[in-house]
Amino acid sequence: MIYGVLALGAGLDRVTAQAMSSVVFAGSAQLVATQLVREGTPALVLVLTIFVVNLRHALYSASVAPYVRHLPLRWKLALAYLLTDEAYAVAGSRYARDGASPAPRSPCRHWYFLGAGFTLWFSWQLSTAAGVFLGAAIPPGWSLDFTLALTFIALVFPQLKDRAAGAAAVAAGGVALVAVGLPFKLGLIVAAIAGIAAGLVVEGRRG
Amino acid sequence: MTLLLALLAAGVLTFLTRLSFIALLGGVEVPRVVVRALRFVPPAVLSAIVASEVLVRDGKVELGPGNLRLLAAAIATAVALLTRNVFVTIGAGMAALWTLQALLAP
Repeated sequence: MIYGVLALGAGLDRVTAQAMSSVVFAGSAQLVATQLVREGTPALVLVLTIFVVNLRHALYSASVAPYVRHLPLRWKLALAYLLTDEAYAVAGSRYARDGASPAPRSPCRHWYFLGAGFTLWFSWQLSTAAGVFLGAAIPPGWSLDFTLALTFIALVFPQLKDRAAGAAAVAAGGVALVAVGLPFKLGLIVAAIAGIAAGLVVEGRRG
Repeated sequence: MTLLLALLAAGVLTFLTRLSFIALLGGVEVPRVVVRALRFVPPAVLSAIVASEVLVRDGKVELGPGNLRLLAAAIATAVALLTRNVFVTIGAGMAALWTLQALLAP
């Protein structure tokens, strides 16, 4: 919903805002994209940034791959499309609970995955529409773009589980400030790479 | 139009990222350094965005007390640490910003 409001604030029209929800279907990447659109970022950098923000999904893909390998291709395609943070949290914990064996002991688990994924997809589309609808009614003086920073402040702390993750966050934040002047709004990508590198270094040093 | 194409490209890339290892049949071992690096993507990306949203105004870094968003973000951070709740954090941060704007803005 917040995404819908911000998308309108950034100058996206309703159709484009809704299209992004169904095509990209990734909360944090869409929020970042609205910020970049607001600042008039070139399309190529926009695409690259969304790609970097969504890189973590490769990790989910690797993690569920053993459990879906016996399924036909159309199932793999559908489940891959629905593989968001939330769907992974639900389906991944179900697979973990059933034990490591990918043997089809409960052969219908992919329906569980599909159900969770589709429910999330549907509520995401609905709440985007609600946000787009509301966004048109909210005056810009309310500083609603600040909700983007607030959402991410709330999301970042559960991520800081150890010193390496903390180092990644601090380095990325710092570099983001230094890199403000970079052309084409490349600062975010540079900052993310610096943060990932810092995390790896700190983790590697500890052992 | 360019924007729509860019979003389409981003959507396809995101889909391929999610499909990557599923399509490889799980038969390929992921290099350990890749798995380790991916863990740092969320904290790095999130904090880079927070830093630039809160501390940069009109292309310049603002660290002084005149930056109301910085004060409101500090309050929101405290609330985030105490409650660990996204909606409460957003509510507290917006309330803080509006209060500060009402009190301090000319």
